[in-house]
Amino acid sequence: MNAAIFNFATLSGLLTMIGILVTALAFYSQAWKLTQTSGLSIFAQGEVGQGESAAVTSQKAHWRSLDILSQASVSFGVLTSSFWLVIGSLAGFTSSIKLHHPEVFGNTAELTFGRLRSFHLNAVGYGWLSIAGVSLVVWLMPRLVRERLPFASFNFAGIGLWNLCLTAGLTGILLGHSSGIEWLEMPRLANFGIALAGGMVATPVLLSVLTAKVDHLYVTAWYFLAALLWFPILFIIGNAPSIHNGIEHALANWWFAHNALGLWFTPISIGIGYYIIPKIIGRPIYSYNLSFLGFWTLALFYSNVGVHHLIGGPVPQWVVTVSVVMSMMMLIPVIAVAINHHMTAFRFLSKLRTSIPLRFIVIGSMMYTVSSVQGSLHSLRGLSRISHFTHYTVGHAHLGAYGFVSFVLFGAIYFALPKVMERDWPYPKWISLHFWCAIIGILVYVISLSIGGIIQGMAMLDISQPFMNSVTHTQAYMIGRSVGGGLMTLGHLVFFAHIVGLMLGALSNIRHRGELQK
Amino acid sequence: MTRLSIMLGALLILLSSSVVLVVAPYFAYVWPEAQGRNHELSEVQQRGREVYISMGCVYCHSQQPRNPGYGPDTARGWGYQPSAQDYAGQYPHQLGTSRTGPDLYNIGDRNPSIQWNLIHLYDPRLVVPWSIMPSFRFLFTEKDQPGPEDVVLDLKNIGVHPPRHVVATQDALALMAYLKSLQQKELPAHE
Ligand code: HEC
Ligand code: HEM
Ligand code: HEM
Repeated sequence: MNAAIFNFATLSGLLTMIGILVTALAFYSQAWKLTQTSGLSIFAQGEVGQGESAAVTSQKAHWRSLDILSQASVSFGVLTSSFWLVIGSLAGFTSSIKLHHPEVFGNTAELTFGRLRSFHLNAVGYGWLSIAGVSLVVWLMPRLVRERLPFASFNFAGIGLWNLCLTAGLTGILLGHSSGIEWLEMPRLANFGIALAGGMVATPVLLSVLTAKVDHLYVTAWYFLAALLWFPILFIIGNAPSIHNGIEHALANWWFAHNALGLWFTPISIGIGYYIIPKIIGRPIYSYNLSFLGFWTLALFYSNVGVHHLIGGPVPQWVVTVSVVMSMMMLIPVIAVAINHHMTAFRFLSKLRTSIPLRFIVIGSMMYTVSSVQGSLHSLRGLSRISHFTHYTVGHAHLGAYGFVSFVLFGAIYFALPKVMERDWPYPKWISLHFWCAIIGILVYVISLSIGGIIQGMAMLDISQPFMNSVTHTQAYMIGRSVGGGLMTLGHLVFFAHIVGLMLGALSNIRHRGELQK
Repeated sequence: MTRLSIMLGALLILLSSSVVLVVAPYFAYVWPEAQGRNHELSEVQQRGREVYISMGCVYCHSQQPRNPGYGPDTARGWGYQPSAQDYAGQYPHQLGTSRTGPDLYNIGDRNPSIQWNLIHLYDPRLVVPWSIMPSFRFLFTEKDQPGPEDVVLDLKNIGVHPPRHVVATQDALALMAYLKSLQQKELPAHE
């Protein structure tokens, strides 16, 4: 058996080395003909130097004609995803309260902590992050390929099916039909439906890329393309009926779960950042060549890190070693993206004061750097011994999924929705209110759990302390989390109300125009 | 050219990662025999495991004691580190990644009392005042006249006097049977 183990570790390392070599070769042979001017492909003639703002009045006719193509899918997707955001946050908030006041909110099977928590994760993960993500892809793709997406009705139908399956799956969890597999709790049928919906959304995007006539396909599209290819495959492998059991199942489970984070949520948000940051600023990305490196190393390393969720567990040593090494290697794509995003933004920091969408996205991107470096560090045994199994991990999870992914999505929706709906945000003050709730909320949330988690971990490691200490000494931090999470939830209510307000306005616009035509 | 290479590259990378990390362990770890414990569950224990899953106990309780190099899990009575084979046959796995509550890999050995565990399940704070574990009162019914088959909670013993008798449902009893099955007896030779 040792021989077999040795071979798999070698094989994994070998495949990665080949990947790195191919990447490097392609890079040096300039097979992709990347130059700094490729980064200019998102600007039309004469647009460099003048940033684009969210305001409808500033919108150029050639972008406008592309933006309104996806009106139906994008408005549907944004509305439903922000609905799931609100519902999911309320479930998260309720779970949070139950961790310091377990008897609050009654004693029924449906609302027990274990079910509400899975409901929360699936609602925010596959409802909010995913549907908002695909909606923004559907908005942005026509801009990137400069034409209408083929079979665009698939997008709308896909988002519809997605919502349907999600509703069924979440209800299943509350009624006790959880599959018991973390990140895949929804009943299998619902999950297969979501994989199919993902495939339906992906089809027009993939086809548009293959047939597009643009000279250069901008880096954002690479990320979108890869993410949309990966998601359905991942979801199908993740849900495949039980060929695995025991430890093999645990390995497959975390391979899936981390890929959902790293190859689905992450690339979409990075891609959005690569487009909107330079767009609002009016200058191309800092180093276009670096984006090539960042993209391929992300794919190579992120796909192999899953087992770092099982460090110290009863799993074969070689998979842990592979995952830890890959987790450290992740610093390469993280730094590549960090240089590109931050160096582009830092030259124009004053814009952060005037543009809240930019502020959301730039801060989101900074949180990507922070959460990833944090991730690489707690993959190491020294920190993992303390932080594994504690609330510290939950802090990291929210720094990534909220501070990074959700912030980017918020910013992108504030930027894109007015353009798609041809209607400005009715209450600009609400955007700023949402921003401050979100930023203060997430800081309180993450700081509470990071400190609380370390205290919890140290108490568990110290045999002279009873287990009780790890619970009682962290209660204050659990309350802190509820305060932070409560603020975030409040911000989401404002956000949702604002979206509804904008859409009602847009509806009356459309009706008004209809009457004029009569 | 660029577009196809992105698609093919992306697919190839995911494919090789799934072959090495998902498919390969299947071949490497399917054949050795389990050695640490009997993982065959009886019908009642299996039903208890399903209750465990449906209530989401895994979000607070792990089932994977680590070796002493990682922490004093064994010293806390959570058991010694099992080998991969000890989990053979379990589907879905319930390793867990959170220890808001203690590890349960060895709970059947550490705390075998059915009465204590039932009362604890009914309302953890009756026996552990500082606990933040949810109460699972909905897994119990109340009766004036419990039958001979009924398992009644011995609450008077701890100074609680409910107006009616509290009786465990089949689900609660199955869960107890499952918890009881979670025990690790002797150390295997190689440890
Ligand atoms: C919100 C998190 C949470 C959930 C969900 C939870 N527990 Fe607990 N559990 C705890 C905490 C905290 C303790 C330690 C305090 C105590 O003994 O009550 C504990 C203790 C226990 C103990 C006693 C362990 C010992 O070493 O004495 C058992 C048995 C147990 N839980 C079983 C379960 C079962 C079965 C479920 C699912 C039906 C469950 N728990 C769900 C948090 C939780
Ligand atoms: C280089 C980048 C990253 C590395 C190396 C990394 C590493 C890790 C590790 C080791 C864990 C497990 C902790 C434990 O259980 O002890 C973890 C958990 C987690 N990470 Fe990251 N992380 C990275 C980036 C991100 C990003 C960008 C996100 C958000 C999209 C994210 C979201 C999460 C979530 C949600 C969990 C919790 C999973 C769960 O237990 O359900 N991570 N990360
Ligand atoms: C868009 C917003 C949010 C996202 C994407 C998100 C994501 C997540 C994720 C990925 C987890 C799993 C963490 C893990 O397993 O380590 C989680 C758990 C949790 N979240 Fe959120 N969350 C969001 C908002 C909130 C809010 C507003 C609250 C309110 C307090 C909250 C409270 C919780 C709680 C209590 C848990 C369970 C932690 C535990 O099991 O100990 N979340 N969330």
